[in-house]
Amino acid sequence: MFDNYFYFLKKLISVLTFNAGYNAKVVVLGATVLGLTAGVVGTFLVLRKRALVSDALAHSTLPGVAVAFLLLSYFGFDAKNTFFLLSGAAVSALFGSFCVSFISSKTRLAEDAAIGAVLSVFFGFGVVLLSIIQGLNIGSEGGIHNFIYGHTASLRAIDVKMIFLLGLFSIIAAALFIKEFSLVCFDPDFAKTDGWPVSLIDYYLMALVVLVTVLGLQTVGLLLVISLLIIPATIGRFWSNSLSKMTVVSALAGALSCYIGASVSSILPNYPAGAVIVLTSGFFFIFSLLFSPVKGVFASMFRRVSLGFRILLDHTLRDFYEEWEFSKTSTAIADFSLSKNKLKISFFQKFSLYFFRYVKKEKDKIYLTEKGVLKAQEAVRNHRIWEEYIAKFGSVDISHVDFSADLAEHVLSPQIVKELEGAIESSTKEIKESLHTLEKN
Amino acid sequence: MDMYQFLSIDLPPLLTAIFCSLSCALVGNFLLLRKMSLVGDSISHSVLPGIVIAFLLSGTRSSIPIFIGALIFAGISVLLVEVVKKLGKVESGAAMGVVFSLMFASGVFLIEQASARVVDLDADCVLHGQLETIFWFPPKVFSFLSLLNLPYEVFASLLVFCLISILVFIFYKELTLLSFDKELADALGFKPAILNTGFLIIVAASIVISFKAVGTILVIAMLICPPATARLLTDKLKTQIFLSLFFAVLTAIFGYFIAVFLPSFFNLSAVNIAGSISVSSGIFLTLAIFFAPQYGIIGKIKKTKKFAHKVIAEDILGFLFRVSEVSEESTDKLLTKKQLLVPFKGVKIVEKSLANLLKIGDVLKVKNSDGFEFYSLSETGQLRAKNLVRTHRLWEQYLVDEVGVKEDHVHDTAMDLEHFTDEILEDGLAKSVGAKKQDPHGRDIPEKD
Amino acid sequence: MKKFLKESKSIRELPEHSEDSPLSIHSMTISYNYKPVLWDVEYEAPQGSLIAIIGPNGAGKTTLIKGALGLIPRASGEVSFWGKSYNEIRDLVGYVPQRESVDWTFPISALEVVQMGRYSKIGWIKRVSKKHRDIAYSYLETVGMEKFANRQISQLSGGQQQRVFIARALAQEAQLYFMDEPFAGVDAATETAIVEMLKKLRDEGKTVICVHHDLSSVEEYFDSVVLLNTRIISYGSTKSTLTQENLRKTYGGRLTILDQVSSAIEKATS
Repeated sequence: MFDNYFYFLKKLISVLTFNAGYNAKVVVLGATVLGLTAGVVGTFLVLRKRALVSDALAHSTLPGVAVAFLLLSYFGFDAKNTFFLLSGAAVSALFGSFCVSFISSKTRLAEDAAIGAVLSVFFGFGVVLLSIIQGLNIGSEGGIHNFIYGHTASLRAIDVKMIFLLGLFSIIAAALFIKEFSLVCFDPDFAKTDGWPVSLIDYYLMALVVLVTVLGLQTVGLLLVISLLIIPATIGRFWSNSLSKMTVVSALAGALSCYIGASVSSILPNYPAGAVIVLTSGFFFIFSLLFSPVKGVFASMFRRVSLGFRILLDHTLRDFYEEWEFSKTSTAIADFSLSKNKLKISFFQKFSLYFFRYVKKEKDKIYLTEKGVLKAQEAVRNHRIWEEYIAKFGSVDISHVDFSADLAEHVLSPQIVKELEGAIESSTKEIKESLHTLEKN
Repeated sequence: MDMYQFLSIDLPPLLTAIFCSLSCALVGNFLLLRKMSLVGDSISHSVLPGIVIAFLLSGTRSSIPIFIGALIFAGISVLLVEVVKKLGKVESGAAMGVVFSLMFASGVFLIEQASARVVDLDADCVLHGQLETIFWFPPKVFSFLSLLNLPYEVFASLLVFCLISILVFIFYKELTLLSFDKELADALGFKPAILNTGFLIIVAASIVISFKAVGTILVIAMLICPPATARLLTDKLKTQIFLSLFFAVLTAIFGYFIAVFLPSFFNLSAVNIAGSISVSSGIFLTLAIFFAPQYGIIGKIKKTKKFAHKVIAEDILGFLFRVSEVSEESTDKLLTKKQLLVPFKGVKIVEKSLANLLKIGDVLKVKNSDGFEFYSLSETGQLRAKNLVRTHRLWEQYLVDEVGVKEDHVHDTAMDLEHFTDEILEDGLAKSVGAKKQDPHGRDIPEKD
Repeated sequence: MKKFLKESKSIRELPEHSEDSPLSIHSMTISYNYKPVLWDVEYEAPQGSLIAIIGPNGAGKTTLIKGALGLIPRASGEVSFWGKSYNEIRDLVGYVPQRESVDWTFPISALEVVQMGRYSKIGWIKRVSKKHRDIAYSYLETVGMEKFANRQISQLSGGQQQRVFIARALAQEAQLYFMDEPFAGVDAATETAIVEMLKKLRDEGKTVICVHHDLSSVEEYFDSVVLLNTRIISYGSTKSTLTQENLRKTYGGRLTILDQVSSAIEKATS
């Protein structure tokens, strides 16, 4: 049992380190370059909000491949001439994308309907041609099937060379125009008034997408190539707020998914490369969705929880401060103490007060530490400044001030506090008295 | 064709295809109106793992577990798309793409795992369904009762179509409202969220029932093409729905028989039926795109051309009228062709418009004794021209008085507008121009006849 | 249809264009799907002033700007800038679109948005050099946003986003600016700051044309107004044009007959 796993791991490592024979090396390398390219081009595709156009484009490659195959075998050439088959794919993909834009611009049908119609009708035509080819018994028609689900084992050295060259070409071709792409993706109207040929740049981008799609046919297949274009780009967006970083992350995510996916499938025969690659990228996607520090679910959950935490602490410290104010003693706040059971707070609050060393305990009495005093003063001041600002400019009834002030006061940055002070003409140091009489229980 | 062969080999898949096509087209109308066609795309890809898992768990190919499994995964996919959109702040197209391609990939992966153990589930049926495998052993003596022994696929697809029709019939008003104005539906208390969920369930049901027949990708053609074709032919929703159902049946039959007869003509062994159905739906859509009377491309071009001729013809009439207005001698009202065409320099279609006018007799061509040809207005032409000039001058007056266009600019605009002015509009103009008998340039506005 | 309308135009005289006016529009009609939404606009903008385009919702204010800039096709009419066509003087025109027209979650920083204003001066393929980056930064300073230069744009407030948009237009270093609702959804401080900037531009001899929706501030902010309601009601200096009579005409509903003929045209041509 464990021997099996051990054997698998050993083999995986040898594939991953390109030590598992020529074939595996070729396949993994080809897939990795493909992932890299798709990541770069996909970034702009997603930012241009054309993600699903690429799906129509990918599905419409099938009739092109089939026609190319029929032509090759009719004229007696080698029907496995990948370059010719892929050229056929590219031509029909371009025609498909032309149909999408034709239908959505010249008829009353919207783009979504155009995408769906083109995708399914072109694919249907491909299926018809495929069934005809099968019936012709030319042999080697299996080659076309490889384009549907992808079949990395059929990649030959020459195919990988092509992927390598064209992939590199498209990366450079995309990188050169990053400035133009960002302009058109962000604000096409502005681009137009600034004299940029927006539709030309769009066509250029679509041409690159066609190139990547066609290159991806042998590896992940036409049904799944869309995910190579979209998923890494979406992952990239999770990790960065800058376009160039997003592109890099997306390229890496694409490359890594393909690298791992192709390696795994080269060892396990019934793990189809396309599906494994996509599922690997899916794993990275879910990981990013959950854990990315920029837009991840946990990051925003953490931000929300820590805000709640800050609110709790602020409230406790403010209570303490107001108790002191209410008592009207002459002692300084640092010397003011509350008996342990007077401070009615939860265990959690108590714990965190101690944890941050805001309070100290001396003989059943609780004192604020130096840090605690500062923090309490800040909390109270922010609260009152905000209260006063709302009352002055928000035309809010005083008795309601406490409520509306509740959330905002905890997120006030020093800069905003300064502006608020300016607005209500308050001096920096002083803590104003609360607008409403303190109600004490 | 031999009757027995037709009943056993052709009838069951044909009926199944028709019923699936009907269900898809019916819900497709609302997908199309709500610009949600790609939700259909997304669902149809996403049900794959559900089908495989149900198949693996139940160990049978019987419909019910597979139907349920697929429905569950359809729901999961819709939910996941929402989750990715909300949590990840991903744009909806990309979110759909991510979710459905991941789910489809897991389906493919599972199929590969399963096919190592179980033989009769293969990746190909995902692509083009298995209509070919549905057949029937009809009784030797045909009776309508024996139709009850048709394969269950036929009845399942019929049942789903009936259920969907009933639901659409009952909730027609709500669905229309939801498609037209979601906010209004909410304001009127129709709970769009629940309606939407219900709607997605029937979309999923129609996709799932068609899965076995045509596979996951070609079902999209069934969802979108017939309603899209109908949409190009009519503006009324009810008509659109019935037309789409008509096209659904037509494409199924047409596609089926292409697939059956094409091989014998071209000496091919077989043509995939599902593929052929989707191609035929594409053919009908293409025909509609080009030839639909009102919204077709050729129809539009024709209409524009016809309209251009109308405008030029009216301009010719107007020109002749204005010439005759200022002519004192009756011979001055006669223009040579060269004179007549002076204002239309560079307008290519003017010759043809003029020929048309001669044909309908609004303009007359007379030869004088020297053999020169002259053109003038006929009686009918005079009448038409008078009305046109009247409209033109009413517009000029109106534009100056009400719109505030400067006097020296109104001519061009009035020149455009006069061609679009019907009687009701003309009366409105006359009313607001009031008692004025002249246009801003001091020319008489002809009286209405 | 468009081609045809152009053809029939050839039988009419061409207007003369003033070379003094930064923007002169001659009988411009704009249609959506052949349905006219803006009728027969005749307008000449005075050089070196702040101009507001005012009118009710759906009056075609944005359409006027977009039509002048060629962002939407014109059914008829000519637009010239200092007597020249738009393509000849493109570098002299800056544009601030409506803030909602773009996706603010786009992964770029405030500085990068402003750099876009330099792109046409940088040209194809070339990277943004330090010189241009510095210029872009200086315009961020002009709008008081230098502290946020590297902030991703979604993390800016509405007013800050608007300032970035204006900085981008400033970076175009144009002579004529079109701004679509520059005050929409911004805070009071930003509004004041933007007005100050616009006045400074005006004092440098530049012309600024803004779509504006707040009647109460027109007189305070702008030198000149265009009153629009699917057609030009009136234009001229703010004082002389903002009369009760003109405002009533502008906001008092549209002319039924124009709406009717719009629909007739749509029906005849679509």
